[in-house]
Amino acid sequence: MKLLTHNMLRSHVSGVTRGFPLIIRADEVKLNSVDFNREFVTRMIPKLEWEALVQSAESLGHGSDLPRELVSGYENDEEFLKKVHHVLLEVEVLEGALKCPESGTEFPINRGIPNMLINEEES
Amino acid sequence: MKKEVKAKNILLRHEGVETVSRPSKSLVVANGGLGNGVSRQQLLEVLKTHGLLESLVMPPNKPYSFVTYASLEAAISAYSSLSGQDIPSVDSEQKVTLYLSFVEKVEVQEMSHPALPPGLLFVENIVSPEEELVLLENISWETDNSNQKSLKHRRVKHYGYEFRYDNNNVDRDQPLPGGLPEFCNVLLDRCLLQGLIKNMPDQLTINQYEPGQGIPPHIDTHSAFEDGILSLSLGSEIVMDFRHPDGTTVPVMVPQRSVLVMSGESRYLWTHGITPRKFDVIQVAEGQKVGTVSGNTEELTLSKRGTRTSFTFRKVRHGPCQCTFPSVCDSQQGIEKKSPPRVSDLEPESLEKEYVHKVYEDIAGHFSSTRHTPWPKVVDFLMSLSAGSLVADVGCGNGKYIGVHKNLYMIGCDRSKNLVDICGKRKFEACVCDALSVPFRSGSFDACISIAVIHHFATEERRLAAVQELIRLLKRGGKALIYVWAMEQEYKKNKSKYLKEGKTSNERIIPDAKSDQTLPIHTNRTAFDSQDLLVPWHLKANNQARNNEAATAKEENQLLPGSLYHRYYHVFCEGELETLCTRVTGVTVRHSYHDQGNWCVILEKL
Repeated sequence: MKLLTHNMLRSHVSGVTRGFPLIIRADEVKLNSVDFNREFVTRMIPKLEWEALVQSAESLGHGSDLPRELVSGYENDEEFLKKVHHVLLEVEVLEGALKCPESGTEFPINRGIPNMLINEEES
Repeated sequence: MKKEVKAKNILLRHEGVETVSRPSKSLVVANGGLGNGVSRQQLLEVLKTHGLLESLVMPPNKPYSFVTYASLEAAISAYSSLSGQDIPSVDSEQKVTLYLSFVEKVEVQEMSHPALPPGLLFVENIVSPEEELVLLENISWETDNSNQKSLKHRRVKHYGYEFRYDNNNVDRDQPLPGGLPEFCNVLLDRCLLQGLIKNMPDQLTINQYEPGQGIPPHIDTHSAFEDGILSLSLGSEIVMDFRHPDGTTVPVMVPQRSVLVMSGESRYLWTHGITPRKFDVIQVAEGQKVGTVSGNTEELTLSKRGTRTSFTFRKVRHGPCQCTFPSVCDSQQGIEKKSPPRVSDLEPESLEKEYVHKVYEDIAGHFSSTRHTPWPKVVDFLMSLSAGSLVADVGCGNGKYIGVHKNLYMIGCDRSKNLVDICGKRKFEACVCDALSVPFRSGSFDACISIAVIHHFATEERRLAAVQELIRLLKRGGKALIYVWAMEQEYKKNKSKYLKEGKTSNERIIPDAKSDQTLPIHTNRTAFDSQDLLVPWHLKANNQARNNEAATAKEENQLLPGSLYHRYYHVFCEGELETLCTRVTGVTVRHSYHDQGNWCVILEKL
């Protein structure tokens, strides 16, 4: 699970209001090298929940000094875009769990795949 | 005249029958077909009055037929006076209006008689008309209700042991008092004497079918009964359909007062059933009373069904079945054979769990190995999205669409953990979840795709919920592409690849989706008979075999034990998907189309 994917995930446990962001408990994190695509990153940034991204990256120890708030004019800041690229696409959680911030429900991550089924016995 | 033009158009559009304006000796008789309840005799009566006939071709189940006159004059005479004329149908309450048009030539479908399924045996006139009466009178339908179940589609009574329809088996510990009725002794002794059966049966099921009633295709549970099943037909003849797992269907004419014996392959491997209808398509030739009904269109007519009573004698099996057909043998699959579920028996959730989720989990590896080519029009949709789009693939399977466009960010999800694990191995982003509860943020995706997913939901409300959940993920202006399997596998005269690659379809009457019917089991690569159905999956050992270099090609296609699975589908009729989508608020249907046997829509969130 890349952090970009994590940024799109939320808890869907019934009764939960926002369920976002899911708290990451990481047992194994892997760094992968991905080709930098400036246009892709630039277009992706407005779609993100920025604060959640920074918070999650920091919780894994891969915050890369990203600012807590998005600064305008980032489109021209290549160094900044590369950092975002790294955090979004190169940091991957392989083993661990995602925890619903409201209900505390945990969803396991195995071999990079979060299992978001609410009742595991149903799978 | 207007109606005549309309009839011509319908023929051309739906059936590919091309009419010509200049007179010829051959005519197509629209509405005068077996499929319209017009019998061969009735039509002949009318046609003969205009001259000598060369041939009359009546394709089974079609609402038209073709007549060729010996002379052009006769054809012209028939054309000018018969078109627009009413004739009674066999249903007698309804009249049909004939419309005639000239055709260039008539293609006669010459088909040889299909052979009887191996192991199937008939003895005609096993009882005399007098004995028949005695047998029928001796059935005490009313006296007690304990062993007489009033199934909606036929009347049933059991002797010896009760046959339980919930597990398709008998309780060996609970024989019914009285055993088999004495009035059957003469018949059974006769059958033993003639060598039709080896052992005296100890279980009897009497079924009574009124015209229009039937029994779904089934194999008598292997573990429940020994080989050699005897079925006596009284009261009326009927056509019984035998079907091989490869799709071969053999309609068999079962005459009144005959006994049929199913043993070997016909008992263990072939299903048999009776299509619920009031008329059977049968052979004209009077000499032939028994046997298979061929598709030869010059020899078919309709037979009106009467009340048929069947006596099915079986010997209860003690111990496991050891037949040579493990793929359909419950004893050899290690589990009690599950009967197809009745729509009303199961909650939709359990139906989906048992006949969708579990199946995909088990067949994931083999399924994935057959799903490598992305459908071109789905790829077109993905390619049309701008770079940097966020796309959710809900029901992504093995992720065959996730990697097709490098400049998109696609996240897949699927209910099957084993399929999502395959995505993981391919380095795709995906998670395990239910399509009715997708763990993605609302209003955050530029596009969503749902390819061959929504047809697995068992009720309309759940299918609607699945579309709503998909739309929830989209941002305003975002687009969703939905594909579902179509009832219409042939559209605008084009057969889908699903049909083309397979066999010819067995046209059959579509049964009503009555809630107390079991779900029909579909024959792969044929046209659909019903909107809600079970589609078999034959699990093959190819995955393991591929990893083993010593494996021979033969082994690659070997069936594993317990290898037959059934997936539940609701196939969509034309317009049904659009109607479903218009029930979702805040969305508009931008485009809808038919693609290789699927109904497809592109939705836009407003």
